[in-house]
Amino acid sequence: MSRFLIPLGIFVVVLAFLGVGLTLNPRELPSPLVGKPAPNFSLPQLHEKDKVLSSTDLRGQVWLLNFWASWCGGCKEEHPVLIHLAKSGEVPIYGMDYKDRREEALAWLKEWGNPYPLVAVDESGRVGIDYGVYGVPETYVIDKAGVIRYKQIGPLREDVLQTKILPLVRELQSQ
Amino acid sequence: MRWFYLVVILLIPGLAAAAYEASPLAENPQVEARLKALAVELRCLVCQNQTLADSNAPLAEDLRREVREMIVKNMSDQEIIDFLVSRYGDFVLYRPPLKTTTTLLWVGPFLLLIGGATALVLALRKRQKKLAAVALTEAEHNRVAQLLSEGANRP
Repeated sequence: MSRFLIPLGIFVVVLAFLGVGLTLNPRELPSPLVGKPAPNFSLPQLHEKDKVLSSTDLRGQVWLLNFWASWCGGCKEEHPVLIHLAKSGEVPIYGMDYKDRREEALAWLKEWGNPYPLVAVDESGRVGIDYGVYGVPETYVIDKAGVIRYKQIGPLREDVLQTKILPLVRELQSQ
Repeated sequence: MRWFYLVVILLIPGLAAAAYEASPLAENPQVEARLKALAVELRCLVCQNQTLADSNAPLAEDLRREVREMIVKNMSDQEIIDFLVSRYGDFVLYRPPLKTTTTLLWVGPFLLLIGGATALVLALRKRQKKLAAVALTEAEHNRVAQLLSEGANRP
């Protein structure tokens, strides 16, 4: 009897591992930047290119940093969620236009609506590298002291916003 | 004396070349060789089963540019790797470092090997015992001897 039970047992264990593996998303990598100070940037703004948006200007408040681009499909997907969040006024979302063309980015925001108070332009993708961005859209929650508290890889969904991001934002705002 | 002048004259172009700034990136074979050596050890994060050297993804191009600039700045391989790991995590490395979280990854295959070898030895010993335990009766023994002698007598 044990002759059959041992291979069966091994089979079940392997199956369990494979089953767990199927539910994991290999694209979601834990970011080593969570809990570390957000890298500083000082970049031209999208709407007024002579003005600069600097991360140090945003100190003292909880804010979201959203990497997006007009060429990015997932950004279109998460866009209604961002608009909704922006309307609620709970937390400002600053945009980072990642490796994009200025005219196209402006046209995209004009067409679909602009959830950002300000957008910085990362034309070379260098700030993206500093933030460990490997697939837009990516969204960071940054606290009053300028520390990254959470990183969302891929489109922001309403359920993630309600269960993870907004509770975290409220907690950080009360600190 | 003539030799001395010849040597001095031959050295002049070398000194002049050394005084120039670094030549354009793509024309510097040493930088390219180091970039290549590093890029095969690093993972492209967009197409996860390709190295940074193989990938044509825009992010891979940006990262190669970044690594190339760090090489030109004379940063050591370890400094460059630390730069990337601090941003993207250990996942950028094709050889994961030995840490508490990766012990199973490194030790697992050896544990499986030891487990398999132990199971094999145990199974073989069990079989040997079984074989040794089979005793022949007197009649069976005679029959075996008879068959063997018959076989031996055949032409």
